[in-house]
Amino acid sequence: MKMKVLVYPPNSMILSDLVERGGHEALVLMREIGEHVRDAEIDAPPINITEEDLKRALRYVSVEEPAGLKGRIGLLAPLLEKAEASIILSDAPPTYGCMGCAVADEFFKFLIRKREIPTLEVRYEGGERIEEMVTDVMTFLEQLSKEEKK
Amino acid sequence: MTKVAQISCGTEYSGIQWMLNDIAERVGIELVYPEMELSKVGEACKEIGFEAESPSLNIMMASAVSMLDDPAIKGALLLTCFKCSEGTIVKDTIRRFLHERTDMPVVLYSNVEKPKEIELYSRLEALKTLITRKTLLMREKQEGVTMGVDSGSSTTKVVVMRDNEIIGKGWLPTTDPVRSADDAIEAALKEAGIERVESVGVTGHGRELVGEHLRADLNLEEVSVVSKGAALLSKCHKGDATVIDMGGMNNKLILMRDGIANTFNLGGICAGSSGRFLEIAARRVDADITELGRIAMDSKERYELQSYCMVFGIQALVVALASGVKREDVAAAACRSVAEQVYENQIQEMEMRPPIIFVGGVSLIEGVKREFENILGVEIIVPPYSQYAGAVGMATLVSGV
Repeated sequence: MKMKVLVYPPNSMILSDLVERGGHEALVLMREIGEHVRDAEIDAPPINITEEDLKRALRYVSVEEPAGLKGRIGLLAPLLEKAEASIILSDAPPTYGCMGCAVADEFFKFLIRKREIPTLEVRYEGGERIEEMVTDVMTFLEQLSKEEKK
Repeated sequence: MTKVAQISCGTEYSGIQWMLNDIAERVGIELVYPEMELSKVGEACKEIGFEAESPSLNIMMASAVSMLDDPAIKGALLLTCFKCSEGTIVKDTIRRFLHERTDMPVVLYSNVEKPKEIELYSRLEALKTLITRKTLLMREKQEGVTMGVDSGSSTTKVVVMRDNEIIGKGWLPTTDPVRSADDAIEAALKEAGIERVESVGVTGHGRELVGEHLRADLNLEEVSVVSKGAALLSKCHKGDATVIDMGGMNNKLILMRDGIANTFNLGGICAGSSGRFLEIAARRVDADITELGRIAMDSKERYELQSYCMVFGIQALVVALASGVKREDVAAAACRSVAEQVYENQIQEMEMRPPIIFVGGVSLIEGVKREFENILGVEIIVPPYSQYAGAVGMATLVSGV
């Protein structure tokens, strides 16, 4: 059975592809933004962040936090709430997927850990070590499938 | 359309980008996003000399370096989130970098999720004027017989000028903007001893309404006009200068180069830093607003109000009077409260470039000038007719149309 796996960075194409190949559903930012952009009721380009998104963030952050942090957390909150497992990739270059804001980055990783769902944390090391990283991710996904069968 | 580079770190996540785009289009600005190769980001950070933790802030610096290669870009809008310390440092670093490398106007804004439209509109409108009216703004002398009308939120100021001299003035509280302008014009023309002028220019909050009523020859926003007026009144046409303009309801801090604004910061968020706060304080110490500054100058003992707020600061002031603190010490505390808040919220965001020219109605309150001098440690110039800076700027600029 498929599990909903949240990937971080949430817009990492490579991680989401690995999750799909591993037989699970990747929870990614692009899908969330896609739903906003396709919603004919909202007209706030380019990514249609609404007041509701900003208010939703207040479940997790103080009202005093900067607007950009609230917007990012508000957009990611539905993914966090749906997630049954997660993969956190640290120290990846921005081209690998990025939320742009270092505070949002650290805080969202903290929120994922607090959910206490099965989580794999891997470090991006690049070069030849990338294969080891992919192996770790695929092994984790296989284990998720096995645990689900049990 | 005037091309302005938007250099920001994720305004789309704050939900305000649509508002920026909408306002930019209305004032005739095309917001562009300077392109750069991602591989060049590190190089750009080295060139500027700062590297941030947040990738978007590093990309901002790369955009700033990249925009210098595009001659079609005439100005820059720098945006980071309000209360983001790393963003504020990067924004200010970029501003300094751009000012070192170019003379194009740069506007800074700290975005919140619900910005007041007027705040963004007035900034972009001023940016547009500074770019498109540069030749007119280079004017250093008024010629012929012209009139400048500054329809402000608290008072309406009018001057009539002849060959670079003020020959008539009118200054009245703004009620109905058109009627107030008519009455102030009548007073100014009477003092000048003439019945008509060659051309009329209008600025200030009520400029659209009053401009239409007077069929004005020129209608411009306040930043470019007030800075020009301050440069003329203080005869400071060359080199760097800083203008502090404090009116009844809002403040401007403008950095000038050769008599033309190239960066500015607008207040207006808190009434505690406005002339209105001083009006209420004057009433509480049983004095006219025109006497408050002089009374404050007699202060011998320092008293702090504890709050900059229009409600709680005034409450502290009332409590102080009731507990026996002398009215001159309370008057000085009110002046200090306003000066400190302007310093903390506006001046500290930008460097001060001497000479510092203080204009607007509040510049007439000596106590506030003294407090600014104490805080900044430099002498502040209050030129003659400082409350008429907007009107003088307008009378001068319209003489070049």
